[in-house]
Amino acid sequence: MDLVVINLIDGLFYGLLLFMLSSGLTLIFSMMGVLNFAHASFYMLGAYFAYQISMYLGFWMGLLIAPLIVGIAGAGVERYGLRRVHQYGHVPELIFTFGLALLIEELVKFFWGNNLMAYQEPEILKFALFSVGANAVPAYKVFMIFTSIAIFVGLLYVLTRTRVGMIIQAALSYPRTVEALGHNVPLVFMGVFGVGTALAGVAGVLAGPVLGTFPGMAFVLGSIVFVTIVIGGLGSLWGALAASLLLGWLTTFAASSSFQFADLLNFFGMTRPEDMSESYLRDLWSLTLPQIGPILPYILMVLILVFRPYGLFGKRDV
Amino acid sequence: MTDTYQKTATVTKAPVFSMAQVAPWVIAVIFLMVLPIAFGSNSAITIMNQMMITIVFALSYNMLLGQGGMLSFGHAVYMGVGGFFCMHLMNIVEANELPIPLPVLPIFGGLFGLGLATIVGSFSTRKAGTVFAMISLGIGELIAACSVIIVAFFGGEEGMPGDRTYFLPFFGTEFLRQIEVYYLIAFWTVLSALLMYLFSRTPVGRMANAVRDNPERAEFLGYSARWVRFFSFCGAGFFAGIAGGLFAINYEILTETNLSTTQSGIILLITFLGGVGFFFGPILGAIAFTLLQSVLSLQSEIWQLYLGALFLATVMFFPGGLAGVLMMHVPAARMGRLGWLVGPYLRTILPALIGIAGLAALMELLFHVRHSATGDTDMTLFWVTFDSHSILPWIVAIVATVGGIWLARQGAPKLRETWHRANTPGAAKTTGGAA
Amino acid sequence: MKRTIKLGLGAALALSVSATAVLAENVKIAFIDPLSGPFATTGTNGLAEFQFAAEELVNKKGGVLGGTNFEVIGLDNKMDGKESLINLQVAIDQGVHYIVQGNSSGIAHALTEAVNKHNRRNPDSQVLFLNYSAVDPALTNEKCNFWHFRFDANADIKMDALTDVIVQNDAINKVYLIGQDYSFGKAVAAAAERDLGAKKNTVEIVGNELHPIGKVKDFTPYARKIVASGADAVITGNWGSDMVGLGKAIIEAGFKGPIYTYYAASNGITRTFGEAGAGTINLVGEGSINPSSSPEVDEYIAAFEAKYPDHDIAQPRIVNVIRMLAMAIDEAGTATDVAKVASALEGMEADNFWGGKIKMREQDHQAIQDVYVMQQTAGVKHTLDNSEFGLETVVKVENASADMPTTCEMERP
Repeated sequence: MDLVVINLIDGLFYGLLLFMLSSGLTLIFSMMGVLNFAHASFYMLGAYFAYQISMYLGFWMGLLIAPLIVGIAGAGVERYGLRRVHQYGHVPELIFTFGLALLIEELVKFFWGNNLMAYQEPEILKFALFSVGANAVPAYKVFMIFTSIAIFVGLLYVLTRTRVGMIIQAALSYPRTVEALGHNVPLVFMGVFGVGTALAGVAGVLAGPVLGTFPGMAFVLGSIVFVTIVIGGLGSLWGALAASLLLGWLTTFAASSSFQFADLLNFFGMTRPEDMSESYLRDLWSLTLPQIGPILPYILMVLILVFRPYGLFGKRDV
Repeated sequence: MTDTYQKTATVTKAPVFSMAQVAPWVIAVIFLMVLPIAFGSNSAITIMNQMMITIVFALSYNMLLGQGGMLSFGHAVYMGVGGFFCMHLMNIVEANELPIPLPVLPIFGGLFGLGLATIVGSFSTRKAGTVFAMISLGIGELIAACSVIIVAFFGGEEGMPGDRTYFLPFFGTEFLRQIEVYYLIAFWTVLSALLMYLFSRTPVGRMANAVRDNPERAEFLGYSARWVRFFSFCGAGFFAGIAGGLFAINYEILTETNLSTTQSGIILLITFLGGVGFFFGPILGAIAFTLLQSVLSLQSEIWQLYLGALFLATVMFFPGGLAGVLMMHVPAARMGRLGWLVGPYLRTILPALIGIAGLAALMELLFHVRHSATGDTDMTLFWVTFDSHSILPWIVAIVATVGGIWLARQGAPKLRETWHRANTPGAAKTTGGAA
Repeated sequence: MKRTIKLGLGAALALSVSATAVLAENVKIAFIDPLSGPFATTGTNGLAEFQFAAEELVNKKGGVLGGTNFEVIGLDNKMDGKESLINLQVAIDQGVHYIVQGNSSGIAHALTEAVNKHNRRNPDSQVLFLNYSAVDPALTNEKCNFWHFRFDANADIKMDALTDVIVQNDAINKVYLIGQDYSFGKAVAAAAERDLGAKKNTVEIVGNELHPIGKVKDFTPYARKIVASGADAVITGNWGSDMVGLGKAIIEAGFKGPIYTYYAASNGITRTFGEAGAGTINLVGEGSINPSSSPEVDEYIAAFEAKYPDHDIAQPRIVNVIRMLAMAIDEAGTATDVAKVASALEGMEADNFWGGKIKMREQDHQAIQDVYVMQQTAGVKHTLDNSEFGLETVVKVENASADMPTTCEMERP
């Protein structure tokens, strides 16, 4: 029971981290109609910038400044890169973000090297807030959970309750009309891209100390973020939230389960062969659920795309 | 490239090929025959083998991206699975002494690639665009993950090794030497390229283009967009499998990296670099990429940075890739005006190259100062050895960068003007052109 | 070795520039490991160690065969089997007779296979494969061949030493095994299970877990299971970011016992663990530098750190590779007839630079040497990662597993 409770908390933590990334990505998608492959790279930039800043000004200034820089960089990418490629069509746009992800990783390696960065959480949050059984829950994780909830609420408020949010929503659906009403739509697009990447930056700043700050961190998380928004339904903020939490709990519970595929094979009436080295199924007999936990989201995504191409909450086709 | 006059005729009648269409193939065959005479060392042949395998792979990828408009993030899977099956077949042949000669092995690779593509294609080609891309990504990740889990088939992390020399001797050759393998791969490369070219000219190949450009209209004409995509997808899987078979013969080992998403990303990069709009684009891309990879990685530790920058620059400024840049010159060449461009080109591209070289030198200097051993201040760049901690090389690099780019910008308007003139029928070469 | 090398294509052309720039008489050693990409740190660190050892311990002492120098050429295999085979071909074309490789047993398998085939097919340009770090036991057992030599203690030997330490510790009654899901991770788990069962069957293995390699973002769920299982110690073969992720998650989840590892040091790992890792992270390996065995070792390390401030002596065995190769070449009287050199290397006994003896076992070409269990500690003489932490010897196992059986049936030419 203790393990279930603690897994719920850990899954919530991981799910909300995914959400900070996927919320920005799904906003950007609704705007451009294109998946931003470099989104996780901005997450990585957030972690590295924050690490660099924290060396001089401490963690909290890093949390404040790094996302800003990342957001500005993101806006710059939209203004000078994507807007140019936009004229060639969707596929080049996608490929552009793919190349950008490649380039950002190489740039990070160029400036910071291949080593892991010793980016640490602030001293003030370095203690176990409470324990469930023998398992400790670090205060930092609880802080992260509340920060991401605050961001979600803030985002929802801005999008649905403020004038700016209304203009953004309108611009997403009817850019021409909004432009005709005198609003600067390209500026709105640039702003949304900047905010989306800044959100990824926040996620990077917060996750860097926990999940490690290294050049591969974007690659590790990159494709899972797409999976999240594809499952949730492209362009849907609520979908992104639901899918993030779903994936968070799915991977957490899969990793901590002790389900063995041998049980399944036994259930189907098969018997364990005496000589394993001759059996073609020998790998299945020794397979456990935690072994394949991290690829479960991909299976889920393929199934969803095949049977419900607009995802859980999406209204339009992917 | 697409010859619209013949399009309707091909539906019922076998295409008639003109001299101009046959000539490139004949030249390619002769070129491949004599190449090893000029470059006979084993490493050169190894690199050429790699190049040819990449060509087949890239061409098969372009059947999806260029001709069918389907962006795949998991194409390496078909090559890898084809290759793994070939490897198993190789081991079975060795163990049972079956009478199968080595040169026919790639066919089996192709068939297995085709088999996998048929299964995956049956559900992934229902939609194009993002749905297809995401399913390909998911399947790619799944099979790549399987490669380390299902050890019985994929051999885990060590991969699946084999030995090509236990086959029945093929007209006396046992494929002990690299050069023999070279000719085998060359044969298959030409054959596959030819078949893929012919495929692009069949009704299905033509319809793939139509479906790519306007699926609704193709549907109205009575073609099922889904089936057209499915056929292209299966074809691409087949030729990727052949590339996998060639890989198995050349390297005698397949590992999980053959299936990884990185590999799928690289082939996207190669194809786009070469140009997706033309049949020969991926060939250029494969040659350029293999050379870049071999040369740059020997010369520089940050070659991947250059590669990333080059790729991004290609997407931003030359979305047609290398082939696109080449074909841009065809109208001017037809009018016999290529000569007009030489002068402005020299004045723009030469400084631009110097500027880029200067920028690269700056990066290298920075990298060397940051990462080299203490006291080890000598570095060699562009065949010159100097002290990276002295001020002079920095000045030279900065001057080259700034000066080169400035000169290139100065020359750009002139180039644009001449370009425009050279491509406008009836326009005269102005006094400013190259006088 | 005076034949002019006719190389083709741009790549090979570029190579020839560097090939002709050096003296033709040098004994060339091709270093085939990742010099770019995610694993470049380990690769560049190893290359630096090789070049430094060749310079300090061979060239500055008069070289081999009365004046021939060693030259280590770095070739970037991008951690990819295919690229490694191309590198091998390039190296052979350049007249290289010795290749060294260590990162990833998978690549070592590909290389040893390729070297074996090459030597059989080309008796006039044979090469030796000196494996300095790939520890999959299979390489010196069922997959062994005459051209392959391993200078690192293999995974079984290390586990043998590690379990010796564990069974002597009365506080450890429950052990949790966790590793990456591939050949090496499985080999570690299997060895731990076998050794613990044989040595002290009261030690209970409360968990035996594999996770996908390089795919896990958050290790917390795994750590929760470890804590919940009530384990006293954890054994893992993880490396790279998987090691850091796992280690940090375990410590954060409130685990207090020791974590026994193979590769949890250097390349930023020591620094990232920092204070939390002190006293918790244990590592098994050959060659310990704290305390060092002689002033000569201290000098050597100091000189290395001065020349390469960003690198560490992370793979001490590299020194032994260079020294024993030089001895074997001198003994064989030739550097080009590698069959003779291999025969000289077989069964060779030498002084281990890091203390004690080292013997290249004849039956399987596995080096037998002292193996140490070390612990991350602050305030040691030779620190890692430019941090205040380093590894200090806890237990030394002399000539570890010298009598370990092997299934190798070596075919000698």
